[in-house]
Amino acid sequence: MLSIKGLHVYYGGIHALRGIDLDVPDGQIISLIGANGAGKSTTLKSIMAMVPKTEGTVMWNDKNITNVHTREVVGQGIVLCPEGRRVFPDLTVEENLRIGAYLRKDKDGIQKDKDWVYELFPRMKEREWQLAGTLSGGEQQMLAVGRALMSKPKLLMLDEPSLGLAPLVIRDIFAIIKEIKAAGVNVLLIEQNAKAALEISDFAYVMETGTITMSGVGKDLLNDERVKKAYLGE
Amino acid sequence: MTELTKRNKSILSVIVCAVFLAAVYIGDMLVPPTSGMRMLFTVLEKGSVYALVAVSMNLLNGFTGLFSLGQAGFMLIGAYIYAIFSIPTAMRDSVYQYFEGGLIKFSVTENLGNALGTVMGDFGVMLGEHIGMIFLMLCAGILTAGVAALIGLPVLRLKSDYLAIATLGFAEILRAFFQWKAAGPITNSSNLLRSYTTYETPLFPVIAAGLCIAFIVLLINSSYGRAFKAIRDDEIAAEAMGVNLFKHKQMSFIISSFFAGLGGALLAMFQSSVASTPFTSNMTYEILLIVVIGGIGSVTGSIIGAYLFVACSEWWLRGLDSGAFLGISAGFMRPGFRKVVFAVIIMCIVLFYSRGIMGNKEFSWEGLVGFFKRIFSGKKKTSEKNHKTNTDKEKEAR
Repeated sequence: MLSIKGLHVYYGGIHALRGIDLDVPDGQIISLIGANGAGKSTTLKSIMAMVPKTEGTVMWNDKNITNVHTREVVGQGIVLCPEGRRVFPDLTVEENLRIGAYLRKDKDGIQKDKDWVYELFPRMKEREWQLAGTLSGGEQQMLAVGRALMSKPKLLMLDEPSLGLAPLVIRDIFAIIKEIKAAGVNVLLIEQNAKAALEISDFAYVMETGTITMSGVGKDLLNDERVKKAYLGE
Repeated sequence: MTELTKRNKSILSVIVCAVFLAAVYIGDMLVPPTSGMRMLFTVLEKGSVYALVAVSMNLLNGFTGLFSLGQAGFMLIGAYIYAIFSIPTAMRDSVYQYFEGGLIKFSVTENLGNALGTVMGDFGVMLGEHIGMIFLMLCAGILTAGVAALIGLPVLRLKSDYLAIATLGFAEILRAFFQWKAAGPITNSSNLLRSYTTYETPLFPVIAAGLCIAFIVLLINSSYGRAFKAIRDDEIAAEAMGVNLFKHKQMSFIISSFFAGLGGALLAMFQSSVASTPFTSNMTYEILLIVVIGGIGSVTGSIIGAYLFVACSEWWLRGLDSGAFLGISAGFMRPGFRKVVFAVIIMCIVLFYSRGIMGNKEFSWEGLVGFFKRIFSGKKKTSEKNHKTNTDKEKEAR
């Protein structure tokens, strides 16, 4: 499991994270909800060591991964599916998936996982030889998730997977997140679409301006008056 | 059309290459030195050298997305290393006349030639010289790569335009260094290096460049190549997938410089004399032009672009300068007019093929057949259909 204690991050003079404590236990979907600029993406990026941490520790299965390189974090089984999909547009779907398995050397395992990704996203199989830049937004999101899964992660971190997608597509993606969890991958999910996220998550944190203001079981938060007012628009 | 199997395609490619090389060899023997057709071989030789350097630049600019303009500087190192170590000892006094015969008193090619010559006679001399040439070419590449590794440490932390400016600057510094009077005993300062060993048949540069390009193509299709392309497409996503950005950029930079240095050595052989003056940023721009005209991200494009560029600038358009072109003679065809026409041609290519001649596609037998079919049937394929054949061919290539 992943455990974060007292995490502080600065962007120049801006204090973006002000002491975050967060746990991702095994076998669960954890979501992190909050408004724009609350520091959700920064939290994920600092776990991945893509932004420098000023203070705090990140533990992963009793191993301190606070000060290691991004590639070592990926090697440890944590992967980030970045915001805005960020597929490689001039590479084919298949090549995108292979880059996802970049740090792996087991050929058979890679092939097996590729088959699994194609099973999760049959559309990707059809478009295997197409350039990723020619896919639709929803397909690109699926590819981005599939690419992240190719690193055989134990923790998959998804940054706004529903951003800019049609409601029907969002439903598909969330259904697949559940399937991924069933396959034994822990999921840490960031969403602005709070309702959809809370419905599928086992536990959730609410973030505001760099701090965690609330936490609780997903279904409970869904019925919480303050959450309803601030994030669900009810 | 019957579909070609992968095996048949490889056989076809090998046959075409063999026939081409045989044609070059026989043609070289048949065409007399005074014939105008000799230009064909000049273009072939210089075109091969430029193709190699253009492909090496494409590896960096087109496949890794690093906009670097240091190619001429790296070629300069390669050319000098080759020339300095292959001037025969007897010639050194006259070549280094201002520096008392220079510091280096041996010639790798000559010594190897003599050594093998005592054992195997004339054949041994030739064999030894060629081994020496290949050895020196590799040395030129390796030393250039070493310099690139040092330059890469600070420079590769920069991005886009800043990287271009920094590499351009380093290339100019290298050139200034080679012209430096204090380095004269080795580099002969700004005087010519000449009389060194060169190849005798046009096959040599063609084969050498071909092998190097084949290596680059293999690299591009490997998992390293995929990582390069991922960095080009999206650095942040590549990093999030665990790709070591700096290591791969450095690797691409070093490999590209290795082949630029090797290309420089070949250019030195082609010119049979070397001075640092022509290795200015202008030469880099010529190569950049080839890469852009051919298609950024297409090896085939760079090769086609290189031969077209060399053929136009050295041969086809020469008549425009001398006053008679395709039977037309006019007063405005004075020296320099060639460049005007050349600029117009380039503008037309950029207007009508905005992504270069090949775009980011590569040569394939299906593509070639499709190309001729389109010309003879006179109707255009829809772009969708085009795309399909393209993806099919990629599928088969695996």
